[in-house]
Amino acid sequence: MPDLKKFLPPIPDSLKLQPRRAGTNPEPETALDNAQEAGKHAAGWIDERLQLSGAVRWALFRKVPRHDWTYTLGFSVMFAFLSQAVTGVFLATAYDPSTTNAYESIRQMTNEAFLGQFLRGMHRWGSTVMVILVFLHMAQTFFYGAYKYPRELNWVIGVVLLVLTMAMSFTGYLLPFDQRSYWATIVGVNINGTGPIVGPYLSDFLRAGPEFGATTLSRFYAIHMLLVPGAIGAMVGAHLWLVMRLGTTSPPWNKPRKKADA
Amino acid sequence: MNRAEKEEYLREYGQLKAEGEPFFPYSVAKDSIIAVVVMAIIITMSIVLGAELGPKADPTSTTYVPRPEWYFFFLFELLRIIKPPELVPLATIGVPTIGLILLFLLPFYDRGAERHPLRRPVATTAGIMVIFAMGYLTYMGAAAGSPNEIEMKAPSTLTGVALVEWEKGKTVVGQSGCLACHKIGENGNDGPGPQLTHVASKLPAQAIAQTLRNPTSPMPSFKNLEEQSPEKFRAMVSFLGQLN
Repeated sequence: MPDLKKFLPPIPDSLKLQPRRAGTNPEPETALDNAQEAGKHAAGWIDERLQLSGAVRWALFRKVPRHDWTYTLGFSVMFAFLSQAVTGVFLATAYDPSTTNAYESIRQMTNEAFLGQFLRGMHRWGSTVMVILVFLHMAQTFFYGAYKYPRELNWVIGVVLLVLTMAMSFTGYLLPFDQRSYWATIVGVNINGTGPIVGPYLSDFLRAGPEFGATTLSRFYAIHMLLVPGAIGAMVGAHLWLVMRLGTTSPPWNKPRKKADA
Repeated sequence: MNRAEKEEYLREYGQLKAEGEPFFPYSVAKDSIIAVVVMAIIITMSIVLGAELGPKADPTSTTYVPRPEWYFFFLFELLRIIKPPELVPLATIGVPTIGLILLFLLPFYDRGAERHPLRRPVATTAGIMVIFAMGYLTYMGAAAGSPNEIEMKAPSTLTGVALVEWEKGKTVVGQSGCLACHKIGENGNDGPGPQLTHVASKLPAQAIAQTLRNPTSPMPSFKNLEEQSPEKFRAMVSFLGQLN
């Protein structure tokens, strides 16, 4: 067991748990005892039904090989995604995905709403930070050879997540509905249309028809805030599950301290 | 990796894991510190850089610059570098698709047991070269200007109404963002679209107008412009029709 005490804040003596002496009355005596018993009881009731304490204990206290700071990149991508999700929910409360009102709602949010511009800025630059972190995470995995046996499928899931992240960025770019986003999206959708086989269908799907029309914006909005985030959530779940099952890699230059007994 | 190499790896990994540290609190502590750093970066960027909002999208407008988010520059730049029209599908389809397939299948064709980057010279060199290529293309994409004005002298044969029309067409073409993808004389970017310096010697004005209405992808159509302000469209055609 690691020494957990150094990570805990100092607790006043009066609140510290006192081990009960053998032979003393097991009945709760003070209000604090009562509260302790109630807490234990509630936690026990929940765990008896969820059966989670074993899994949680395993997930928290499983050993991971010694590693360096580049191993935090994966978590920082997920954290950036969570930040995008939270700021995105707040933006969605004020956004109106119709061609007539979208721009106005963004303008109002930016110029008039409390902290509106700050929130948009966090979402807008959060996407940049997330894309950079995705590429760094991928580069680290590549140069450390972490995609090799037995983690091949986790690399494949990671590439799917990369594509989904780019799809998020592409669909989100249109939503403010200013000149720049509108025309960049038209050109982007046209470029998609030149793709092989599925290309023309893909751009028809994105535009919701052969021409860029009134429904295009709501389609981009639905893709941006429902379809792709859902897929990202599911894929992150699978990614994390595999990371926990298979274990994080060790930096390739680290060798076991003592030789294997072979 | 053959069977022996797999077993060797799993044995060594098991030992490294046994010698490692518990996820909680060591990894959790590091991840938490990084989370604070990421949040601080995002907040700082939001405060310093803000969130700009350009003029409202206007399908009939001709003044626009089709500029993607910066991390798509490298894809956009590919279109610019691969100029011949018959090779454009290679830029839009070929390179990105092949790149993505190679990325997906990486663990299936690179099956060697070695993981140390210095002992995988091919993989490491390829990785570094891809990073440099993407960095270079991104830089080129960022540096490529999108001027909205054309500097050009009118042909001396033009006088009166035709000259006025020519000047007007020059302004409209400049404002329409054509130069983002086309080169006209000394102006604009050479690619993804073809050079327009001598377009009139290849296409009659009628054909130019037809192309503007119904262009090849990814160029946007100017049909809206023709419907909304036909005189701008006519000026555009007459300017382009004089480029020979």
